[in-house]
Amino acid sequence: MSQVRRLEKGGRIDRSTRFEFSFNGTSYTGFKGDTLASALLANGVSEVGRSFKYYRRRGIVGSGVEEPNAIVQLGSGSLSTPNLRASEVELSAGLSARSATTTDRFGLRRLGSLFSSLMPVGFYYKTLMRPKALWELGEKLMREAAGLGNLSRGRDPDIYDKYHHHCDVLIVGAGAAGLNAALAAAKTGSRVIVADEQTEFGGWLLSSSVTIDGTSATTWIERVVTSLRAHPHVILLSRTTIFGLYDHNLAMGCERLVYPKSADFQSPRERLHQIRAKQVVLATGAIERPLTFANNDLPGIMLPSAVLTYLNRYAVAPGNDLVLATTNDQAYEAAFRWHDLGKRVVAICDSRSDLQPALIKGCEERNIKILNEHIVTEARGKKHLNRVLIARLSADKRSLIGKPHVLRCDLIATSSGWNPVIHLNAHTRTMARWDEDEGSFLLDSTSPDVVTAGAVNGARTLAACIREGVTAIGRLHALTERDLDIPTPNIEEIESTRPDVIFKAPHVRTESRAPKQFVDFQLDVTAADIQLAAREGYRTIEHVKRYTALGFGNDQGKLSNVNGIAVLAGSLGKSMSEIGTTVFRPPYTPVTFGSIAGRSVGDLFDPERHTPMHQWHVEHGAEWENVGQWKRPWFYPCTDESMQEAVNREVLAARSSVGVLDASTLGKIDVRGKDAAIFVDRIYSNAFANLRVGRCRYGLMLRDTGMIFDDGVTARFAEDHFLIHTTTGHAESVLSWLELWHQTEWPDLDVRLTSVTDHWATVAVVGPESRNVLRGLCPDLQLADERFPFMSLQVVDIEGVEARIFRISFSGELSYEINVPSQYGLSLWERIFEIGKPYGITPYGTETMHVLRAEKGFIIAGQDTDGSMTAADMDLAWCVRKSDDVEFVGRRSLALRDYQRLDRMQFVGLETVDPKTVLPEGGQLLDAQNKTVPASMQGYVTSSYFSATLGRSIALAMVSGGHRRFGETLHCAIRDGRFIEAKIVSSTFYDPENSAQKVGTLSGTNDERSRAASRVLSQVAALETNGIPVREDVGISLRLWGDSRIVTLLGPIDGIEQIPGSLSSDVALPKEPCTWSSVDGMKVCWLGPNRWLVFERSRDEGASVSDKGSRLPSEISFVDTTGNYSVFSLSGSSVKRLLQKSCAYDFHESVFHTNSCVLTTFAKTQGLVVANENDGVELIVRRSYSDYVYRWIVDATREFGLAI
Amino acid sequence: MLRIYCPYCESVRDEDEFHCVGEAHIKRPERPDELSDQAWGEYLHFRTNPRGEHREIWHHVVGCRQHFNVVRDTETYEIKSVYRVGEEPSSAADSDA
Repeated sequence: MSQVRRLEKGGRIDRSTRFEFSFNGTSYTGFKGDTLASALLANGVSEVGRSFKYYRRRGIVGSGVEEPNAIVQLGSGSLSTPNLRASEVELSAGLSARSATTTDRFGLRRLGSLFSSLMPVGFYYKTLMRPKALWELGEKLMREAAGLGNLSRGRDPDIYDKYHHHCDVLIVGAGAAGLNAALAAAKTGSRVIVADEQTEFGGWLLSSSVTIDGTSATTWIERVVTSLRAHPHVILLSRTTIFGLYDHNLAMGCERLVYPKSADFQSPRERLHQIRAKQVVLATGAIERPLTFANNDLPGIMLPSAVLTYLNRYAVAPGNDLVLATTNDQAYEAAFRWHDLGKRVVAICDSRSDLQPALIKGCEERNIKILNEHIVTEARGKKHLNRVLIARLSADKRSLIGKPHVLRCDLIATSSGWNPVIHLNAHTRTMARWDEDEGSFLLDSTSPDVVTAGAVNGARTLAACIREGVTAIGRLHALTERDLDIPTPNIEEIESTRPDVIFKAPHVRTESRAPKQFVDFQLDVTAADIQLAAREGYRTIEHVKRYTALGFGNDQGKLSNVNGIAVLAGSLGKSMSEIGTTVFRPPYTPVTFGSIAGRSVGDLFDPERHTPMHQWHVEHGAEWENVGQWKRPWFYPCTDESMQEAVNREVLAARSSVGVLDASTLGKIDVRGKDAAIFVDRIYSNAFANLRVGRCRYGLMLRDTGMIFDDGVTARFAEDHFLIHTTTGHAESVLSWLELWHQTEWPDLDVRLTSVTDHWATVAVVGPESRNVLRGLCPDLQLADERFPFMSLQVVDIEGVEARIFRISFSGELSYEINVPSQYGLSLWERIFEIGKPYGITPYGTETMHVLRAEKGFIIAGQDTDGSMTAADMDLAWCVRKSDDVEFVGRRSLALRDYQRLDRMQFVGLETVDPKTVLPEGGQLLDAQNKTVPASMQGYVTSSYFSATLGRSIALAMVSGGHRRFGETLHCAIRDGRFIEAKIVSSTFYDPENSAQKVGTLSGTNDERSRAASRVLSQVAALETNGIPVREDVGISLRLWGDSRIVTLLGPIDGIEQIPGSLSSDVALPKEPCTWSSVDGMKVCWLGPNRWLVFERSRDEGASVSDKGSRLPSEISFVDTTGNYSVFSLSGSSVKRLLQKSCAYDFHESVFHTNSCVLTTFAKTQGLVVANENDGVELIVRRSYSDYVYRWIVDATREFGLAI
Repeated sequence: MLRIYCPYCESVRDEDEFHCVGEAHIKRPERPDELSDQAWGEYLHFRTNPRGEHREIWHHVVGCRQHFNVVRDTETYEIKSVYRVGEEPSSAADSDA
């Protein structure tokens, strides 16, 4: 048998399933149930890596998260994972691992081992100072040598999933205390989640040899777990490390689902659990602390708890002749078990003078020699431990009495006590205190909703841990143990007496002369290093940590921190409490980037918004510009065209014939209510109350500081109905801004705001031939100036679809912006191209839009302004009311003295002296006389283009006092040290008389009229289904409603309880937050106070409220928002789990009922989740996000199977 | 991650559904013209920024789109109370947050 150290029987391994695996290129075998560490030990592999600084041989010390030496890299290529502890890696077939610390490419570390005595702490800081270049070289070499593994460069093909959870009680740690707490919590009917980092529940019980109620501990575990499984409100998460506990009891856990990799990349490899717990029980246990002594890093030196774990859980004996050195009672179990399995215990060295009779009896029974008041002072051996020096301790335990003597052995187990795992509670900022009786840092206090139970509290016996599990729940619920009535099991174990508090064994020589006494194995920090740091003036543990790197490894000092604190305390003559701990920060153990990113990678990285015409742009080869989350066509290159050539062509088309722009992304806010005019008037700096119905006006929105915030055209449809256009980028913030003023300053105004950005598809038809296109589209529309003047609108019928046409212009040309509900957008767009073909109609993108507007000197809020410009600065003073009868937002600020300064930055045009040279945007402008650094900046370029219309470059800029400096020449500094000369000119480069935007004489023919013959505009709702595996065994069915009607109803509606529904039935307006009511398949959902969404399938006969709205009481405003939304129907057994992957909302049946609807975050955008009668949901998202949401759902349902 | 009770939706939601607008109870002067530049500037720009309890306006952007007030401890991040616009904080209100 190759597994030389495997015991004949026992262990929780499956000997019938044998795995081949490789470590550092050599093949071994292990069993199912092994960890990589236990399998390596079973095969007699004692050296698992080399140390970081001195290149010393290192072996396995621990059996869990605390392992500092066996750091491995798994797999290769894009599946390679660094930074794992072998003691936590489950063995699997074909697993290939290599030690992260064996490479020594430049021999640097071997050098370190030779000259280790010359390399004190801070060696690199002290030596690589001069010349300066030496540091750079040294840093490069050290980076090569340092590090614990390599990141894979390829894209990780695995899926990483996320779940949101809500529970009453989260129990972290499923050892004796945690399991019993879970039993008690489940009994109270609470929603409970139990999370444990190990593959099976039980914690220390899995390693221990104790009996519970006369049987093995594992029988008890199985009974408890079975009972917990039977509770409907208990979720058990094994293999899940809770790595952080954050404010308001948000706990983050990472679950390892398939390791090391999934077979088909369809099911997730890891799942991040975001658990919002009302209360948390920390039953996180404790980690054993090793003794510090000379050469304590030799392979063959372990923790007693690890020895016991390998014996009992994995049936591996990592040696033959054991010496146990301890300061406490718990460590004896390992030696007793070692003996009972037929191995030799050389001796037990106990630092204490008086030992309890049970221990003495246990040793006598087994004929084990106890040496009390003895300690291990030095280990010896070349490649592996072969003997140990032990010595008698003085009465104060600080020095040795007599000469040390030698014991031959191949395994030492040392324990200096236990470090409770208090990290999680420390994440929420409560500090630890040193408890001298327990010899541990314990939590001073916890947050109100966090309790601790078991070894984390310092409980030293199993009975105490089990009891504390119940009392912890009792404390949370103010119940007694009797109320909870959890049976107390009968446990036979050795009582625990007071431990000694000794961290480091004295040596006959001083620390700096003795062989190295390692405190931090992973980063090679010795006791002498910490003493040197103290001598050099470091006083706090935080500084010592950073200077020596103590606890900086990926084990975060789980073994080393307390021993390091003790050495520093000794050097400074302070107590442990005075030194205190370093701050614990999440994560508790390393977390993969993949699990944090989840599915926000690649295509799903960030939501994308698409206009209704997106597919057309894709098919016509558009290059894209990202504007916020929108994908907008940037330009449409023809074959072999450069960007500049394409833009020139597009600009000239718009100026000479007709160009078309997809302007659907413009923000649109519907404003209704009897005080709508007053509201709009106060929000804008120019007057709107006097705007006539059917007219439009350009408006400036100011912050209260008087600075320009946004601009756009606002139209009036009725006395009480306006439509505000915002810039694409500010659509969201303008709506929030309006809501803020309405809700906090002017709550008395009757104003109802609805975002209709997604409802309307907007096509801007621009250029002298635009009227001919419009005439083809709407043959009956009168286009003459007096019938359809500039800055007015018409509501027309285009083949049965209501369209809004605005005669407005962002280009200076005659132009019409045609709006139809988004479901007709693509049809309208295609229709316009068909009509415009004879005129050479040309689509243009955002770059051409920018050039056209810049030629006219029109600003883009956010590009030419940055929140520090007034209207006067931008030469827009005409947009500000002079009269002071309306207190509009920002008015008072305009009178501030600073705003009158003549040298303010002002908006001007620039013309380069060389017409072909285009200035760089952002370029700094300097005076001709003052160009040497530091020169005073005169201004900067905000926009800059080559204008094909003018055949030269043009730029817009902010220049100090610019309005009085026309004709002056400034010098724009560019990166290579040269300057470009440019003359200050008016910002209006093209057509200052505005003649181009007028309608000339109509010259079209009647041909186009006839061609308007109807092609019925179709509704478009095509989903991409290419490449998506559709499975038979579906957990989720998805349907997209293609024929819904969706309207928004707005109040206030005092006294109205019901509205007419479909046919003759009435339907109640739900007043209860987050609920819906329905009649005949029509649903009315509560969105907010005085706001409802009504949706239903279109019906052939029988009008309902969503068709007309005319039957509604007049108090209710009715906004058609059909095009604003897409409706996904989700059904099947896994719907809740799908929602759980994205929504932080609690969809548990106790919260989310059959008549619930909730607006929350779904797939990183807003979604309305409406429960339906069939245990499914309707998911209503903004239309522009629907492609993204669809892709997200397809990706997230891969593990369930999706039917479409 | 804060968990915030929305007094309109009547449920506790995650912080990322909300936007913090800033300090609450800053009254806009009724007659700005009567204020000196200094006084107007203080209304515009000066905020208390306390350590401890802070009254803030939050906006439920992803949900009901209502603004409301939150008393939050800037040191512990504990939310002491939540109340609607126009109301004054009271310890009893919304204690289920």
